[in-house]
Amino acid sequence: MDWLDWLLLVARIVLVFFGLLISVLLYIWFERKVIADLQTRKGPMRAGPRGILVTLADGIKLFFKEGIVPTNADRRVYLLAPVLAMFPGFLAFSTIPFGTGTTLFGRKIPFQLVDLDIGILWVLAMTSIAVYGVVLAGWASGSNYPLLGAVRSTAQMISYEVAMGLSLVAVLMYSGHLSFSEIVAAQDRVWNVVPMFPAFVVYLICGIAETNRPPFDLAEAETELVAGFHTEYSGITFAMFFLGEYVSTVTVAAIGVTLFLGGWRGPAPDFLPALWPFLWFLLKVTLVIYLFVLIRGTLPRVRYDRLMAFGWKVLIPFGLVWVLITGAIVVLPAELELDRGTVLTWAAIALGATLLLSFLPIGRSQRREEVPR
Amino acid sequence: MPDYYSSYGVVLAVVAAGAILVAVAFTAAKLIAPHRPLPAKLTTYECGIDPVGEGWSQSQIRYYVFGFLFVIFDVEAVFLFPWARVFESLGWAAVVEMGIFIAILATGLLYAWRKGVVRWA
Repeated sequence: MDWLDWLLLVARIVLVFFGLLISVLLYIWFERKVIADLQTRKGPMRAGPRGILVTLADGIKLFFKEGIVPTNADRRVYLLAPVLAMFPGFLAFSTIPFGTGTTLFGRKIPFQLVDLDIGILWVLAMTSIAVYGVVLAGWASGSNYPLLGAVRSTAQMISYEVAMGLSLVAVLMYSGHLSFSEIVAAQDRVWNVVPMFPAFVVYLICGIAETNRPPFDLAEAETELVAGFHTEYSGITFAMFFLGEYVSTVTVAAIGVTLFLGGWRGPAPDFLPALWPFLWFLLKVTLVIYLFVLIRGTLPRVRYDRLMAFGWKVLIPFGLVWVLITGAIVVLPAELELDRGTVLTWAAIALGATLLLSFLPIGRSQRREEVPR
Repeated sequence: MPDYYSSYGVVLAVVAAGAILVAVAFTAAKLIAPHRPLPAKLTTYECGIDPVGEGWSQSQIRYYVFGFLFVIFDVEAVFLFPWARVFESLGWAAVVEMGIFIAILATGLLYAWRKGVVRWA
């Protein structure tokens, strides 16, 4: 490593940080515009052309706002919590390959900050740290609404984390690698979303629940809890929670693209070979985010008891069964000397049967327990 | 081996970059944001009325049970990851063994389910 390597490393890190910040600016604008469209409004129009700078204006405004630390709050933890909520999104994103890479000054530049050989585990660890931000914020505020919001949110996040882990295990079993670059490399013929479609659906649902996005935004159910765990926050600390939430959402979309949708893979012409994979990656992430926004704009908030029941009675049992089915898909072809396609067809039939069996008793028991107390 | 450490070095660099971002944000806010604390401003927020209680209210025991269930299933996931990495070379027997392991845990979940732990009432 000489000075040029160090310089390139710093430049890469700074570029990824800026890229994420800009993607959050655009994402919030995009979300507001799409939701405005769904509600036949125009959405933000004032700051910049078609209101594209509205998030920047909001962010700058938050810098000028007084940061209040209530007398009842535990000051140090209160200030630490937003930082803990913001970090994991960035750290998880650092392992994601967003292009093939290029050569600059005679050195190979991969479009990926670091290719950890434990990629999937790293992502799970980071999503776990995000829970700390929420629970510490609620506890340190010394106030009832944040505490209730934090406790709710923690139970929700850890429940859906289990199901998310199970869906990631299935991907790991199918591709046989933990590192993201190897997983993308293994998707050169068929994207993982085709054989692993149920895991993809489970991943998307859990991703929305993990980042506290609607319809799973029970942590900040405005009508019940004011703003949930960040009720007492203002100014820059509030901005950090907001930034953290949106960076996590971008990261969840990017992980979904990498694991299930082939990452940066896509048809590319010979002209500018480094550019096209990056554009494909951007396009896919934008599409996944568009899906998140559509879900937010169309579905009402889920009731809390239904949320937990859905996590523990549907997603987790289903995840467990799917892990075993994936095991059969991977091992059976070698045992029976069939190809994976035939085994997949049988797996689809088995899956249909399991779904039927698992949905019948739940329908009955839910009618009995309809009234929450 | 040097590769192994250098990749985690990059992770450390990302942490440092994040720390710089946070430090810059806090310093900038300190420099330009007003700071005029008033007793009324610093009270706990409860929709404008005077706050009731000391803020750390009791919450339902149910959340705690979910914490327990989470620990059980997260430990299970920890066992699943190394197995998932190598089971292809171990063949059919490894899948059946993991099926037995998952079945034992699923029985636990079923027990909690029958006990009404997952039910919100």
